[in-house]
Amino acid sequence: MNAFLLEYLPIVIFLGIAAALGIAFILAAVVLAPTAPDPEKLSSYECGFNAFDDARMKFDVRFYLVSILFIIFDLEVAFLFPWAVSLMKLPAEQAQFAFWSMMSFLGVLTVGFIYEWKKGALEWE
Amino acid sequence: MNATTTDFWATPGGWVLLTVGQVLAVTIWVLLSLAFLLLADRKIWAGVQMRKGPNVVGPFGLLQSFADFIKFVLKEVVIPAGADKAVFLLAPLISFVLAFGAWAVIPLAPGWVVADINVGILYLFAISSLGVYGIIMGGWASNSKYPFLGSLRSAAQMVSYEVSIGFVIITVILLAGSMNLGTIVEKQAGGFWNWNVLGGGGGLPGLVGALVMIPMTVIFFISALAETNRPPFDLPEAESELVAGYQVEYSSTPYLLFMIGEYSNIVLMCAMITVLFFGGWHAPFPTDFTSAWSPTAASFFHFMWFFGKVIFFFFMFAMVKAIVPRYRYDQLMRLGWKVFLPASLVAVCVMAGWLVYGRGPIG
Repeated sequence: MNAFLLEYLPIVIFLGIAAALGIAFILAAVVLAPTAPDPEKLSSYECGFNAFDDARMKFDVRFYLVSILFIIFDLEVAFLFPWAVSLMKLPAEQAQFAFWSMMSFLGVLTVGFIYEWKKGALEWE
Repeated sequence: MNATTTDFWATPGGWVLLTVGQVLAVTIWVLLSLAFLLLADRKIWAGVQMRKGPNVVGPFGLLQSFADFIKFVLKEVVIPAGADKAVFLLAPLISFVLAFGAWAVIPLAPGWVVADINVGILYLFAISSLGVYGIIMGGWASNSKYPFLGSLRSAAQMVSYEVSIGFVIITVILLAGSMNLGTIVEKQAGGFWNWNVLGGGGGLPGLVGALVMIPMTVIFFISALAETNRPPFDLPEAESELVAGYQVEYSSTPYLLFMIGEYSNIVLMCAMITVLFFGGWHAPFPTDFTSAWSPTAASFFHFMWFFGKVIFFFFMFAMVKAIVPRYRYDQLMRLGWKVFLPASLVAVCVMAGWLVYGRGPIG
């Protein structure tokens, strides 16, 4: 295995130990705690009523809109990361070129952002 | 240290043992800190409301969190009949594992970091994005209305603020020119005037950067509140309408895992504010005198500064919880998308323009 991947091995070990700890917590409660299930205890909580329809119901389309917007802007941020690291390492000429290329990219996205703002995709009442 | 022990730590077996030791040390430190910070949170909240807070278990209630832990372990694990059992138990586990895994890249003191990867910020960003899965899975698997609505709200809120956190982080990377958290901290050495919150150094002209970075720090702090579902943005668990959001059906240690994950994320956010804006483990004054000390003593000195700053920001989180009224959901979304997003986008452009045409590279 090369040195580059070895840098990430501690993270894998960390996640493994955290998972072991979490499973240990759950198992401890399963082993130590009493279990006395009854139908009322196991029914889903709805302020004392019996649940009168399926919980997996229709929900507002705005949640989809938000997640789509999130994908767009998160990708945009992902593009910005390598640009931000290397911007000040370039010679002045190239740094200016890099700056204006990113500004035009952000400009295009801003036009889209203004469009969805005007369309009311960001309105919640 | 003689030759044989040095060789042992260089072998693969010794290296794994050393790493496991480091990971356990960080995990135990985080868990112990959480136990007392949780108590501090409750005490501060109580203090603001002129109550005493937990004061029965141990002196000043210091052992309250440990008593709570024992109680959690001894409670019945209730899994609702309609729930998807595997996903139901996997959700808190995911929250917990991700909240702890993020600590792997945080530099606690010079050289005190479990995984010194060169894309540390990107890793933190990825892990905090994945955190949404634990909540969505918990809400979905419960097969109950309150958790379902709570998890939807929570996920929408977290992804909204994730975006502005991303842009704020970009301004910091522009200043530091690196994604390695150790390097970012190293660049802020020498005193508080070199911290990123004040524009990251460069003498008096460098202070122009403070005009951008101080608002960015505030945006990061408020986004961190929203990202961790803390009051005033605790809408997923707005107890007056959604009871407890995605956690309604959870009990015993599965609930405990959610709660530890949430608090671990809060302390992680405090650590990120410290590392990105407030100089990480650097003291607010030049510390050249530590070069004469032994490396362990110097590391410990710097670690105390890091820990102190984290505790200070946790105190700020607790005070916000105590004194700010809860937001309405439409106000929350408006703040995220219509105020923070454009503001941080403009800040990235201004920062990059100023670095390229104004300040130029330093150091």
